[in-house]
Amino acid sequence: MSCWQTIQDYGLRSIGIGERLLPRDGFTLCEQITLIGSGMLWNIYFGTLALVAGFFLANLLAVAKAAPSRWARKPAEWFIFVFRGSPLFVQFFFAYFLFLSLKQSFPIFTPFASAWLGALVVLFFNTAAYSAEIFYGALRSIPKGDVEAADAYGFSGWPRFRRIIWPTMLRLGWPAYTNEAIFLFHATVLVFFSGFPSRQQRGDALYYANYFADKTFNPFVAYPILAGYFILLTLVVIAIFGLINRRLNRHLPQEARRKLRIRPNLIR
Amino acid sequence: MFSYCTDPETLSGLSWLSCYLTTGKHMSLYYAVPTVLLLLALTAPLALGVGFLGAMAARARFAPLSWVGKSYIAIVRGVPDVAFFLFFVIALDQALEWLLHKARCPDWPEPVRQGNDFVVCSAAKIPPGTAPQWIHESYGFMLAVVTFAIVFGAFVANVLFGAMRAVPRAQLETAAAYGMNTRQTFWRILVPQMWVYALPGLGNLWMVLIKATPLLFLLGVEDIVYWARELGGAKTARFSDYPHPDWRMWYFLGLLVFYLIFTRISEIFLERLMQRLSHGQATTGGEALRKADA
Repeated sequence: MSCWQTIQDYGLRSIGIGERLLPRDGFTLCEQITLIGSGMLWNIYFGTLALVAGFFLANLLAVAKAAPSRWARKPAEWFIFVFRGSPLFVQFFFAYFLFLSLKQSFPIFTPFASAWLGALVVLFFNTAAYSAEIFYGALRSIPKGDVEAADAYGFSGWPRFRRIIWPTMLRLGWPAYTNEAIFLFHATVLVFFSGFPSRQQRGDALYYANYFADKTFNPFVAYPILAGYFILLTLVVIAIFGLINRRLNRHLPQEARRKLRIRPNLIR
Repeated sequence: MFSYCTDPETLSGLSWLSCYLTTGKHMSLYYAVPTVLLLLALTAPLALGVGFLGAMAARARFAPLSWVGKSYIAIVRGVPDVAFFLFFVIALDQALEWLLHKARCPDWPEPVRQGNDFVVCSAAKIPPGTAPQWIHESYGFMLAVVTFAIVFGAFVANVLFGAMRAVPRAQLETAAAYGMNTRQTFWRILVPQMWVYALPGLGNLWMVLIKATPLLFLLGVEDIVYWARELGGAKTARFSDYPHPDWRMWYFLGLLVFYLIFTRISEIFLERLMQRLSHGQATTGGEALRKADA
C-alpha cells in the first residue's frame, strides 16, 4: 500500500472519515505519521475553540475580580480558585461523571457526556480561569499615569475601559497569555486519557501515539512523531500570537516594545 | 472495621456509611493518599537536584556542556508533559533492561528488538520475574519518581537559571574584588542569594507538581484516581455487601476538594516562606518589610 493511499485512508480517521479498522501489525512509518497527524485535528479543535471562547469569559472574570463590589468579586475569585487549584485531570473525570448522571434526569445533557462537547466545556472553563488570573494581574499593573491621562482627557466609564484600560491590559498580559495558549494546546492531550471515552477509536494525537507505542512496545517512533507535531503547532501559535502582539504594541517606540518570551508551562 | 458491621443489610443511614467508608477497599484508597505524599516528598528534592545540575550545566563556560543543559531545558519544556510521562516510563524501563542485558548476557545470540517484541535474557529482567508483587509495584513507583524528576527538573533548571542571573552583578563583582575565585563566588555569594528570586517560580512549580500527581494513574500506579474509579462504580448486591449506584461523581468531587485544600495550604505556606526569605533583601518585598518594621 503506498503512502498516498494510507493518507487517503487514514488522514481523516479521527473524525470518522475513511478506513474504519486501524492497522493491526506491520506498522509503517507512514501509517504512524498519518494517524497521529489525523489525531492532531482533535487537539486543534479543542485548543482553538476553548481558547477563543475562553478569551471572552476570561476578560469578564478579570474585570469582575478587580471590581469593588463583593457580589462581583467573590464568584469570580472562587471560579478562578476552583479551576486553578485542582488538577485538570481530576476536573475531566469529575465533569464526565457529572454529565453522565445529569444525562439520566435531563436528556439535554446527552451530548455533554461525549468528548467533543463535554471536554470542550471543561477546557473552556479551565483556560478562562487561568487567563483571567493573567488578565487580572495585567489589570493591576496598568501604569497609573495612563489612567490619569485618560481622566484628564475626559474619558470615563465604558469609553475609558474600552479605549484605554482594556487595550493596555491586553498588551501587558499578552506574553503570559501566549504561554497560556501553548499550555492549553498541550493540555488537550489529556482529553482521551481521562474519563471521556473515544468512540470507535477516534482519538487525539496522543491516543494514536499511545496505541502505536503499546502495539509495537517501542516508544522511540510514535512519541517523537507526536513531539514533532506539537513543536510545529507551538510554532504556529507563537507566530499568530506574535502578530497580535505586534498590533497591540504598534503605538510604542521601537525599543520599548515588549518581546514575546515563550515560557510554556506544564500540567495544570 | 466496627463490630456492628458484620451484617451490612440491617444497617442504614450514618452507621451504614461508617461501615461503607471503612471497607478494605476504602482502606486502599486511604493508603493511596500517603503514596501521593510520598511521591511529592521524593520528587521535590530530586527535581530540585536535577534542576540545579541542569542550571549549572546551562550556565557553564564549557560550550558543549552549556548546550546539553540548554537543550535539556528546551526539549522537555516544548513537548506536552503527558507524552513525556508515557514515553519515559517505557523508555527508562527498556534502557535499564538493555544495559543489564549487555552486561550480564554478552553472548546472547538474538537481537533484543524482534519486530514488535522487546526480548532480553531472563537475568536482565527488572525486577526479576520471581520477585514478589510489592517489588514490582515499588519498581513502577520508582520509575514514576524518576520520570517526574526528569520532567520537573527541566522546569526547575529554567527557574534557577533565571534566578542565578537575577542576583545583582555588583554582589559578584564585590566577591571578585575580595579575591574569591569563581567557585567560591558561586557557592558563597550566588547560591545563598538566588533563592529569594527563585522562590516565586519554585512555588508555582510546586503547585503544578501537586496538580500533576493524578498522572500517576497514567503510569499504572494504583493511586487515588484509580481507587476513586474502582470504588465509585455501580455495585450490585450480588458482588458487594454495600450495593450502590454509580457514585464516581462524588468520589471525584472528593478528590477535587482534597486537591483544592492541599493547594490552598501550600499557597499560605509559600506566602509565609517568601516573607521570611525577603527579610533584608534588596528587593521591593524586602523594602516593604523594612518599612513595616520601622
